[in-house]
Amino acid sequence: MTFQVERVPHAGTATPSFRQRLEHIWETEPGVAGFFSTVDHKKIGIRYIITAFIFLAAGGIEALILRLQLARPNQNLLAPEQYDQLFSTHGMTMIFLYALPVLSGFSNYLWPLILGARDMAFPRVNALSYWLYVASGIFMYVGFFMGAGPNDGWFNYVPYANRTYNPGLSMDFYSLGMVFLGISTTVGAANFVVTFLRLRAPGMSINRLPVMTWGTLTASAANLLVVPSVSLAFFMLWLDRNFGTHFFDVSKGGQPLLWQHLFWIFGHPWVYALVLPAMGMVSEGLPVFCRRPLVGYSAVVLATLATMTLGFGVWVHHMFATGLPNLAMSFFSGISLIITIPSAVTVFCWTATIWTGRPVITTAFLFFASTIILFVIGGVSGFMTGSVPADWQLNDTYFVVAHIHYVLLGINVFPVCGALYYWFPKMTGRLLDERLGQWNFWTMFVGFNLAFLPMHLTGLLGMPRRIYTYPAGVGWDTLNMITTIGAFILAVGVLLLFINVVTSLIGGALAGANPWDAPTLEWSVPSPPPPYNFAVLPKVASRYPLWESRLQASRGASSVTEGALLDHERETFGVTPLDGEPDIILKMPFDSYAPFVLTVGTTAIFVGLLLHRHLWPLAIVGAVIAAASLLAWLWPERRLGQTVEAAP
Amino acid sequence: MNAINRDTRRASRALAPLAFGILSLFALPARAAPPLTYMIGDGPKAYPVVSLTWGLLIISLIVITIMTVLVCLGAVHRRSPRGDLSIEAVPLLHGGAGLRWVGFGVVITGIVLFGSLIWTMAVLARVSNPPAGKSPLTIEITGQQWWWKARYLSADPSKVLTTADEFHIPVGQPVRVKLIGADVIHNFWVPALTGKMQAIPGKINETWLEASKPGRYRGQCTEYCGWQHAHMAFFVVADPPDVFQAWLTKQLEPAAPASAQDQHGQQLFQQHCGLCHTVRGTLAGGTVAPDLTHVMSRETLAAGTLPNTPGNLVGWVANPQSIKPGNNMPDLFLSGPDLTDITTYLRTLK
Repeated sequence: MTFQVERVPHAGTATPSFRQRLEHIWETEPGVAGFFSTVDHKKIGIRYIITAFIFLAAGGIEALILRLQLARPNQNLLAPEQYDQLFSTHGMTMIFLYALPVLSGFSNYLWPLILGARDMAFPRVNALSYWLYVASGIFMYVGFFMGAGPNDGWFNYVPYANRTYNPGLSMDFYSLGMVFLGISTTVGAANFVVTFLRLRAPGMSINRLPVMTWGTLTASAANLLVVPSVSLAFFMLWLDRNFGTHFFDVSKGGQPLLWQHLFWIFGHPWVYALVLPAMGMVSEGLPVFCRRPLVGYSAVVLATLATMTLGFGVWVHHMFATGLPNLAMSFFSGISLIITIPSAVTVFCWTATIWTGRPVITTAFLFFASTIILFVIGGVSGFMTGSVPADWQLNDTYFVVAHIHYVLLGINVFPVCGALYYWFPKMTGRLLDERLGQWNFWTMFVGFNLAFLPMHLTGLLGMPRRIYTYPAGVGWDTLNMITTIGAFILAVGVLLLFINVVTSLIGGALAGANPWDAPTLEWSVPSPPPPYNFAVLPKVASRYPLWESRLQASRGASSVTEGALLDHERETFGVTPLDGEPDIILKMPFDSYAPFVLTVGTTAIFVGLLLHRHLWPLAIVGAVIAAASLLAWLWPERRLGQTVEAAP
Repeated sequence: MNAINRDTRRASRALAPLAFGILSLFALPARAAPPLTYMIGDGPKAYPVVSLTWGLLIISLIVITIMTVLVCLGAVHRRSPRGDLSIEAVPLLHGGAGLRWVGFGVVITGIVLFGSLIWTMAVLARVSNPPAGKSPLTIEITGQQWWWKARYLSADPSKVLTTADEFHIPVGQPVRVKLIGADVIHNFWVPALTGKMQAIPGKINETWLEASKPGRYRGQCTEYCGWQHAHMAFFVVADPPDVFQAWLTKQLEPAAPASAQDQHGQQLFQQHCGLCHTVRGTLAGGTVAPDLTHVMSRETLAAGTLPNTPGNLVGWVANPQSIKPGNNMPDLFLSGPDLTDITTYLRTLK
């Protein structure tokens, strides 16, 4: 291998003293100081996952209360306003505070390990992205606990969101909170894109990238393009509400339809951003349990890219009933049907992987394989709603509610559970219990399908969504009761998962480095991995470095024990985007309080804006804090500069 | 085109009993067909859409069945022997004809999708406009929190009828519906006759419907519009043309003069209710709430919330906020005798 970097690093194998030296360079300070200053992607990733699961539990409890209200006709458990805030908060929580963050958590944890790097491209940005996520989540939940949670559904149509029809702070909390969360999503997405392009093991060319990274890459690229649309929409709404602008105000020439366009230009690609990384995890994990490489790596990668690209051209299928011209609707209807093809490619590749492999039926396998079935169900109902005349009927009924739950649980929650069973041993060094795991899977699977499969029928029988109660005798009673029972069984399943996590953390079987005999780089390091990930930076010569001797699939030879020794401060390789040739030794930043303080400042800005009538100076204080922490963040440090030395 | 028209019509009529059978299996407590289902339809706009929806549903069910069987069978059939605790002991495989089957599957999927797309476009073209040759009736419908106002338009201003929540239409004549959003966005939907169209403030949307047989069709707002979104239903009543004309003539008349014993009730009504409600022929001329000139001709109260019985009428006037919390009709705190007089007067508005 020829290095074209500033200095030629020493090559060799890692000695215990070398490992100790790396440990000293990379470890996070213990205790409170380390907690607020760490930039270790593994710690941040696990925090992301835990926080997202807390929000999942909150959203789940909200859902159960909703289901109690809907279990029977004409119930009075909740007043209309309580029901409205609960269903809106449930949507906000699951879609914005659980579904993407949990995937960011897994990607944060896994990317450097699976790519053969020592951290993400911008470790401090990584920390910032997490802190902003938590702060914006708390911000929106403070509103909810004050009785000012969102109350207009997660897509928040105007004019109902305008001040005239929606006084109080609900919409101000939600709109500012979404702008706030958008910052976190954007900086996180930028970090993933750069990491994907630059921070990989030498030799990991673009065709050898682990398949899961493609999912998160496309999702991140999409987020960079569409999050500005929704942030703008929410900011305009906030201006309308507080400063008398008229973007959406009909009486002054504003346009309610503008909101729907701005929201769905974001909203539909966002749904793909919530599932593509999870599909990547299935493509990564499922073949391991089928004891073979994925069938059609290139096909799956191209399908991922195609889905995202087409995903920008389907947003109008949320707006077929708004009086748009037939020509426009036909175009969007066509794309909404065509987008099925790349999804079909992925589903067929997974199925072929099972048929040409030797499946080992573990809990992780069950979660991954069930994803295929749930994806098909969620997919075909999406295909039906893509057809304009059929959608005029299906839209805004429980059929669509069933569809979105098959998509978001089927292709997000189920693969995430599979990923947890698969990667938990890497994260903690202990295996999750398989026996409890089987119970966990089957309870969730039965509960989920019992709740949401009959819900399609509730929709076909005409039950509109978002009604807080319904009359008896119109055909929905039994089905709603079944759904409520299913929802509670599903909740028990999730509870079993939590129990399994806690008990396995304490007394689970020790995992060792590679309990599943898996092929990718994260399994070449101890479980849990040391702070520096790789003592020597691995060299990659195939897609499956740990299987290649058995598959005889590579031209050269990958090496995980012998390679470059980078130990001048925190260092890792930067590589060329296509060929994976190292072209720079990157100096990675040290732990810092700046991301946390910047988040505190940003939070103060948003609280100041929320209460601008009384507390506007707080926004200025926040801006000063934010500016000061940015200055500290960007202050040049000598030890982050590259030192040139003579080749040995 | 007419032949296709007849074919789909026949097909959906043949499907209807089957559909009803399947649906009623799952909706056991409901004796009649569920009032809001769209898997059974009526009229030239509904037939092609009902067939399309069934068609797509059946394709979907076939796809789900095939894929579920494939995944389960694959997992069971190819699974490694049980009891083999060590995953390393299962040898690695590679190669195989997987990709060829993927290609095969994608080609079939593509053909089915292309067919569905053509079908979709054909139905879209068919139902976009009312059939040519029949002169349509035009109704302007305004969605507002949380009821529906209708104005039957006519070139003659004295023939313009304003009513609420229960709209009669003639069988066999297309009806153009102009939709207005008065406050927030609402969504006009009569599942058995037509799909949804939003009523958006600042924009007039148009849709149409036609019933081919007499009946009472339930409609409902389906765009979330606030606290009482759940109680924003309406009814489309299809009458034979002569019955419809009689209804229209009757509705255009002002209310009959109040008899001597109802005078007090009428005065109270004008005093307490007249700022919001209209009763034509009296001083009550408010336009922000439903026109009550012939309120007793309607079968429900408060946009489908309650059956229009004497008891419900008293309950509604006495306690609108506990029956439909948050709606725009305030609790009036009427005394018992006043309440009786007002509702007795209302019951004369036939």
